[in-house]
Amino acid sequence: MSVAAPVRQASPAVAQTRPEPSSPGRRRSLGTWWVYVALSIGLVFLVGPFLWMVASSVKTSAELHHVPPTWIPQTFTLDNYATIFTKLSFPQYFINSVIVATVVVASNLLFCSMIGYALAKLRFRGKSAVFLIVLATIMVPQTVYLVPLFVLMSNLGFVNSYPGLILPFAAQAFGVFLMRQFIQGIPDELLEAARMDGAGEFTIFRRVVLPLLGAPLATLGILIFLGSWNNFLWPLIIATSDQMYTLPVAVATFSIGQNAVDYGLLMAGSVVLIAPVLLVFLLLQRFVQQGIATTGLKG
Amino acid sequence: MSAQQALVAAGSRARPAPRRGALREALTGWAFSAPFLVIFLGFLALPILASFLLSFTNFSLGNLVDPFSARFIGLNNYAKLLHDPKFLQAALNTTIFVVFGTILNLAVGLAAAVALNRGITRFRAVFRVGYYLPVVSSIVAIAVIWRFLFNADFGVVNGVLSMVGIKGPDWLGNPTLAVGIIVALMVWRNFGNAMIIFLAGLQGIPNDLYEAARIDGANRWQEFRSITLPMLRPTMLFLTVLTTIGFLQVFEEPFVMTQGGPLNKTLPISMYVYQQGFNFFHQGYASAMAYTLFVVIAAITLIQFRLLRSET
Repeated sequence: MSVAAPVRQASPAVAQTRPEPSSPGRRRSLGTWWVYVALSIGLVFLVGPFLWMVASSVKTSAELHHVPPTWIPQTFTLDNYATIFTKLSFPQYFINSVIVATVVVASNLLFCSMIGYALAKLRFRGKSAVFLIVLATIMVPQTVYLVPLFVLMSNLGFVNSYPGLILPFAAQAFGVFLMRQFIQGIPDELLEAARMDGAGEFTIFRRVVLPLLGAPLATLGILIFLGSWNNFLWPLIIATSDQMYTLPVAVATFSIGQNAVDYGLLMAGSVVLIAPVLLVFLLLQRFVQQGIATTGLKG
Repeated sequence: MSAQQALVAAGSRARPAPRRGALREALTGWAFSAPFLVIFLGFLALPILASFLLSFTNFSLGNLVDPFSARFIGLNNYAKLLHDPKFLQAALNTTIFVVFGTILNLAVGLAAAVALNRGITRFRAVFRVGYYLPVVSSIVAIAVIWRFLFNADFGVVNGVLSMVGIKGPDWLGNPTLAVGIIVALMVWRNFGNAMIIFLAGLQGIPNDLYEAARIDGANRWQEFRSITLPMLRPTMLFLTVLTTIGFLQVFEEPFVMTQGGPLNKTLPISMYVYQQGFNFFHQGYASAMAYTLFVVIAAITLIQFRLLRSET
């Protein structure tokens, strides 16, 4: 994607957490207090709903419907969590989400780096055609292929199954770009040296290429994980029974079903849905934002 | 391509013929590509092509067992689209979401990026991470939270309004307000992404330009108008493409908050495709609708990339 070039070159600077010493802003630090105020107000509006979600999830039903609302829970209760984990099948939904995300991440890491290596370092007929086909699909909206994909899945007997949830996301085009991009940066001399020593291509890939791909694989893994964990439309279609629901499908279905106004349960469910992702993001945010700046795509 | 990559690329072209046969290298290349390609072609490329064919058939629930029993009906599905008031409403709704959403998303993202880049010197990481939280969070969960916040009877927004003596409206029950809230949610969730990409673009602008402007006595607004904005044009076009494509597919926000109502005023095309394809089982018709959306997206992408290329 040549369009991303200006973005890509600047990406290392994005990951930087300390202020740039040469920043001209430093010399103008006086008079910027109002920028801090504006940014802080923005932060309240962005983080506020998350805090409200957490606070509401530990309130009693009576307090949730209290007018005016209480900011801090008056009576702390974990009943909502107890209900979704014992009376509703949230353990099952959670496990489904974990299984799908794990397999999707693993297969993308392996398959995207393999084809990325072939496209970056091996010469073979049809290579540019392969790359073009992958490139051509990257902007195709999901809506376009949902219907035939469902027809295909129902003929393969994969409706309401893990293969049905996993296969459409097991080989994602943007992973190929990311991997190809990074593998191109590996000097040919390294690979030639290994070839001289008589190593086969699979050994070279496993022993030389993969160990050099730590950071890009982490970035790809996190972006794929975020996409899989938050994925909604396809699981909504392919998971036809409660047993195969992933967390987003479960929360959405409850929010428009019989529990539509039981916001205590819905907020607890939302916490369960959001918490793992926030954890991953806060621990590894450097990789995430670097990945965004590199690929221009969100997870 | 960086200088280093260019050197590497030049080096590989000058490389002598590989020791092992070309055939062997070709086989290895295909072997490495095969696992990805099998899944990718089977579950992505094939459905994309099949969707095109489906859109010319009367495929419906009965054809699910034997897909080839569907009848070819030419352009009937496409003709029907033009006379389907619900589709036209959905197209209008989607346009409103995309136009307002994209403009606001870029404006807010740019403002945040400029403020973070040059407006402040401390706590940058705090703001950057905080503003980015919604981007990584499940849109379903966020839409549920927002629906709760804007609940007419016990939502916190109307709760605050009632404290100052205002009786808040039924936000999601009023078509105009509901559209506004969905656009606001789309921007709230996505501008952090625009911000990160703008930040990368901003850091690519040479500092000398600002130094020179300052020597010429330019104020901050003039700097922004004459340096920052022109230098960000490629980034801006790139983001416009990304945001437009993303917002054309908006689904979760209305699905959770309004289910397309009131009066279909928040029904986007993707949700109508979903209804036709999976609630009414008119798969042929749904495919025609999806392909129409695809053609629009492809056209917008091409136009914007053409603009981009003439820029750079």
